[in-house]
Amino acid sequence: MEASQSAVRAPSGTSVLGGARRRWSEDVVKAFLIACALISILTTIGILIALLDETIAFFGDVGIVDFFTGTEWSPLFADPQFGVWPLVWGTLMTTGIALIVAVPLGLGAAIYLSEYARPRVRKTIKPILEVLAGIPTIVFGYFALTFFTPDVLQGLFGQDRIQIFNALSAGIIMGFMVLPTIASVAEDAMSAVPHALREGAYGLGASKLQVSLRVVFPAALSGIVAAAVLGASRAIGETMIVLVAAGGIANTSGNPGEPHATMASFIGQTAKGDVPTGSIGYETIFAVGTTLFLMTLAINAIAIRFVRKYRQVYE
Amino acid sequence: MSAHGAVIPPASPRERVKDRGFRGLIMVCTVAGIGMLGVLLYDVAADGFGELSWDFLTSFPSAFPDKAGIESPLMGTLWLMAVCAGFIVPVGVATAIYLEEYADRDRWWNRFIEVNIQNLAAVPSIVYGILGLAFLVRGPLELGRVVLAGGLTLGLLVLPVVIIASREAIRAVPPSIREGSMALGATQWQTIRKQVLPAAIPGIATGVILALSRAIGETAPLILVGAASFVAFNPESLDSAYTALPLQIFEWISRPQDEFKLLAAAGILVLLALLLSMNAVAIWLRNRYEQKW
Repeated sequence: MEASQSAVRAPSGTSVLGGARRRWSEDVVKAFLIACALISILTTIGILIALLDETIAFFGDVGIVDFFTGTEWSPLFADPQFGVWPLVWGTLMTTGIALIVAVPLGLGAAIYLSEYARPRVRKTIKPILEVLAGIPTIVFGYFALTFFTPDVLQGLFGQDRIQIFNALSAGIIMGFMVLPTIASVAEDAMSAVPHALREGAYGLGASKLQVSLRVVFPAALSGIVAAAVLGASRAIGETMIVLVAAGGIANTSGNPGEPHATMASFIGQTAKGDVPTGSIGYETIFAVGTTLFLMTLAINAIAIRFVRKYRQVYE
Repeated sequence: MSAHGAVIPPASPRERVKDRGFRGLIMVCTVAGIGMLGVLLYDVAADGFGELSWDFLTSFPSAFPDKAGIESPLMGTLWLMAVCAGFIVPVGVATAIYLEEYADRDRWWNRFIEVNIQNLAAVPSIVYGILGLAFLVRGPLELGRVVLAGGLTLGLLVLPVVIIASREAIRAVPPSIREGSMALGATQWQTIRKQVLPAAIPGIATGVILALSRAIGETAPLILVGAASFVAFNPESLDSAYTALPLQIFEWISRPQDEFKLLAAAGILVLLALLLSMNAVAIWLRNRYEQKW
């Protein structure tokens, strides 16, 4: 090993392997590879320019204060109102419902897989959860609209409380969409907790429940929070489930049995009807897109800070 | 006094009952996700299976539900996947090779490229639709609502998946392989092309298939860059108008009549069949060609 390395590094003049003259083709290849790596940077710049360009045009027509403080959203009406709050509220509501479903179920599954399940059971369950994670969201939307709303929710609460398009069904099904993400990230965090901690607790007479909840869970907390935040950021940007199952009516009511719209579903709905370039309807897509993008960024930044602050480093 | 008694008390019966109860509770949590998947698959199959037929696969979408089929959406999806693969394979693999084999980690711009790729993976898919709409369909490139624009938009969306998977596959090739090749006088690129890439290909292929299986079901970005809602012809070139399977499913779901909902379910069955077979190929590749060094 030592010898082979020194042969490679030997000055070309003295090497028995012949002169390593520089080949121009090596530089061409490297230049091509760098160009490809730069495409990801260009994508980010492209997203920023695409969003900001039309958003600035939008704020030339609509006051920025009105946009963020207004409580009525009806951009395509004769007397348009551009308050983004109803869309933000719809987003918060569906995301909140999704997290109420996905966080306890996902963390429960993560504790089971990491602490309780035998290796064979884990090997069977993890691929099934991966399949659930790979189901296209339009399929979840279909399921929410044609099965979960009429057969489950309306069956439980009655048709007068749950309308056919409602935020509750979209939120719950969205919870099942993000459940595998939360379970898998949280399980990775718990599996990474060193065995010495568990063995120490067992040595002091702790039960499996105590080890799981009072030793492993706090030790993996930063990863668990990261899992929940990752789930939240996927739910915030989810379009199809909300577009299909929640009805797309901007609504500030606190009743999840009513139709609601989110930022992502508004973008999808508006883009579906071919809006002409330069119109105010076209610009709203970008203004709402910028708001959504900033919200996702902020949430990811919070996650990163939280993880840095509370991360436990073992050995 | 008690502190000097039993230092390690035996688990009390109460603790055991609590332990059992907790185990039951978290098993229910685990089964809930799997159960929901089962109910979902059963529901879609029960709705859509009756609509599946050869005619369904070989007819164009129609205003009459009993004549409608998915030939043009299916062809559109295949065209999109071809464009997407043609973009993500060279660009994704080249980026991965650069980051793993050439990039100096101490340089800030290389770390910046890495962080940027991680961030791109977290951007909502509808935002990629906005990017495609502003730059590919309209704006500087002005491709229009054609196959090329749709495929490239999906490609940009799943590019991080390919890069991350390819990097892992390349990293798994041990340094001794590279050292051996270079000791025999091969240049860095010869080493990569003749030694590293062949060894990493199964891992890269798995990553590409998983990326395509994510792209095939994406609907939201295609709403922004996609075709007209009614496409009764197959795409013939990169600048053809098109529709895609998930878009057609969405179009059918949006109609109030129940007949179209059943067609949507049948379309979903076809989409899921494509997806599951892609996943099966990926798993087979991983198991068949996985190398232990």
